[in-house]
Amino acid sequence: MEFLIALMVGALVAAAVYLMLARNVLRFLFGLILISNAANLLIFASGGLTPEAPPLIAYGADAPPPGVANALPQALVLTAIVIGFGLFAFALVLVYRAYQTMGTLDSDDMRLAEPEEKP
Amino acid sequence: MSDVLLPLPILIAFVTAILAFFFRKGTEARWISVAGSACMLVAAGMLLSRVLTDGIQAAQMGTWAAPFGITLVADTLSAVMVVITGITALAVSIYAVGDVTEDMEHVGYHTLFQVLIAGVTGAFLTGDLFNLYVWFEVMLIASFGLLVMGGRRVQMDAGIKYVTLNLISTILFLSGIGLLYGVTGTLNMADLHYKVQDADPGLVTVIATMFLVGFGIKSAVFPLFFWLPAAYHTPAFSVSAVFAGLLTKVGVYAMMRMFTLVFTQDIGWTHGLMLWVAVATMITGVLGAAAQTDFRRILSFHIVSQIGYMVLGLALYTPLAVTGAVFYLVHHIIVKANLFLVAGVTNRIAGSTEIDHIGGLYKGAPLLAFLFLIPAFSLAGFPPLSGFWAKYVLVKASLDLELWLVAAAALAVGLMTIYSMTKIWGRAFWKPHPGAIVPSLSTLPAGDRFAMLAPIAGLATLTVIIGLFPEPFVGIATRAAEDLLDPTAYLTAVLGAPEAVQ
Amino acid sequence: MTSLIVRAATRLLVGLLLMFSIWMLLRGHNEPGGGFIGGLIGATGFILYAVAHGSKAARVALRIDPQTIAMAGLGLALLAGLAGFIPGDGLFAGQWLFIGATETDKGTPLSTILVFDIGVYLVVLGAVLTMVFALEEEV
Repeated sequence: MEFLIALMVGALVAAAVYLMLARNVLRFLFGLILISNAANLLIFASGGLTPEAPPLIAYGADAPPPGVANALPQALVLTAIVIGFGLFAFALVLVYRAYQTMGTLDSDDMRLAEPEEKP
Repeated sequence: MSDVLLPLPILIAFVTAILAFFFRKGTEARWISVAGSACMLVAAGMLLSRVLTDGIQAAQMGTWAAPFGITLVADTLSAVMVVITGITALAVSIYAVGDVTEDMEHVGYHTLFQVLIAGVTGAFLTGDLFNLYVWFEVMLIASFGLLVMGGRRVQMDAGIKYVTLNLISTILFLSGIGLLYGVTGTLNMADLHYKVQDADPGLVTVIATMFLVGFGIKSAVFPLFFWLPAAYHTPAFSVSAVFAGLLTKVGVYAMMRMFTLVFTQDIGWTHGLMLWVAVATMITGVLGAAAQTDFRRILSFHIVSQIGYMVLGLALYTPLAVTGAVFYLVHHIIVKANLFLVAGVTNRIAGSTEIDHIGGLYKGAPLLAFLFLIPAFSLAGFPPLSGFWAKYVLVKASLDLELWLVAAAALAVGLMTIYSMTKIWGRAFWKPHPGAIVPSLSTLPAGDRFAMLAPIAGLATLTVIIGLFPEPFVGIATRAAEDLLDPTAYLTAVLGAPEAVQ
Repeated sequence: MTSLIVRAATRLLVGLLLMFSIWMLLRGHNEPGGGFIGGLIGATGFILYAVAHGSKAARVALRIDPQTIAMAGLGLALLAGLAGFIPGDGLFAGQWLFIGATETDKGTPLSTILVFDIGVYLVVLGAVLTMVFALEEEV
């Protein structure tokens, strides 16, 4: 199972890098979303995969039964997803605003902050 | 008691942020921000004095024991950095009274500013790797908001570059954390120090390199610095001052922490790589600055160049070199924030930051010219200012290791810095204004004038004090370096006596 | 987006979602649930309302500015954390109050953890709605 997840992480990263090499900023953003999901999967897999054993404590017990899934990577992934959600929502609005003000999504044409040198 | 004192600076910043939010429609928010920053500085000072008298402090959040819960740790370096954060926050929040427009205040400038300060402080104080990631994100979200606040077209452009490259950096950092957890099963930095020693060294080196790249983007080292000069000259002046002072330095701090406490098993590779990165950073930064004609863009490239010196200190990895890096960190935050504040006043009275379009500042505003010269000379490393001692220690450390080329590069970059500073001096201050006006400080309203000049004067005084009486500051930096290079005290403070852990 | 079916279904679903979100919030201490997921479900309710009636109407229905809700939640969570100081336990240590406790029965347990969770609920609700409304009005 870990092997399959590792393959998936690799595929996601490859697709993300391909997208991020594009000049279109929106494609770049999609690439970022893919690579952040790859990172989340990576954390999830690196904590070890334990199917069908949720880390729940039965009513009246003090500790979960042995052999349950590791809850920490799940908590980390959840935190990372939430933060990523906020950041990407912001980035999407930013790209949209930039498109409105500059009229382009081509990163080569975005030279307002760094104007080209006059010869 | 340290349980209260450690989280106090972070709490103060958060409470100030919440209060400033509810009063954002009026003028109260700016005074809340100033008062909050002052309180935070006092709390940070108390923390530093406690660390200096009683040694390293650690507090377990929620009373969960060390490797399991989140630990806050203040060693000498952390405490010093928190104090510097407080000083910068106070200076910039006073400056913001005169600089920030009411529109920006109404959309919550002061709230975001204080959240940024909370994030920076949290990053300095945490002893948990994932918590460090969370503070980085807190900082990042606040800085995104501050960067595009005002909504000028050029800010949108800068925002896209800043946001995308910083997102890549955090994703690399996050993947590094995930892999490190997979290898060691812990996220507590002190615990990692022990667990990493049992792990596969090749795997750890790969992870260390991932961290190096992630933090490298954050701290803008060669060849990953492009976002910085593209972004730092666009937002409001108080925003770019706090960015220039603090944000990249958090990356350097994280590098210093991780590459002294955790990743020390393959120093030949990680620190050797850092050495050449540092030299390349110094040189490209200063050469980039030579080609610029905008006040803030010149300064932005100099941030890159100065980051090289700090990374150099870490890369040399001797007690003297790390002392120099810590000293440089402190000196640089004060000086660089101050120069950006000066650029703000220049913009207000002369109408631009493009140094070809302004002039006559020496004639019209000799006080400002004097206040510019102090941090500018300090940046270039003139004795007896703070920058001289910082550079001196680092050059001495590289000479001790017989790295002649590195020492020569460090000295040459200092000379090139003088070139950039004289360029600003000659074109912005010395030559007459092309519009045939004489810019004068008296064109500012009295309140704004005081609010903008007081922090500049205060930071300049601090630079002079550090320059004239360097012994106590070097003493503290030496202690910080000792804490970093011999982590026994750190480990004991967090986890208890080393025998009990092993 | 303003088809009759959506509007009629929304009337039913919004109330249900909000109740479900509070149930999730309260059950969260020992079972799957909690302030975070509760806040998300609550936000879904208002987002559904915004889809059916427009974000302006949703803002009116919410009555309070979502940013204010998020900030109030952050304040509440911080207060719950500070409560750990009162008995000298340190920041974010949970404090418990057992109402009507006897020798055998622990009564109704109330804790600062619940207050913290309510704070998280408000932060998530406010932050998500801020973002979604901004996106909807922007794009």
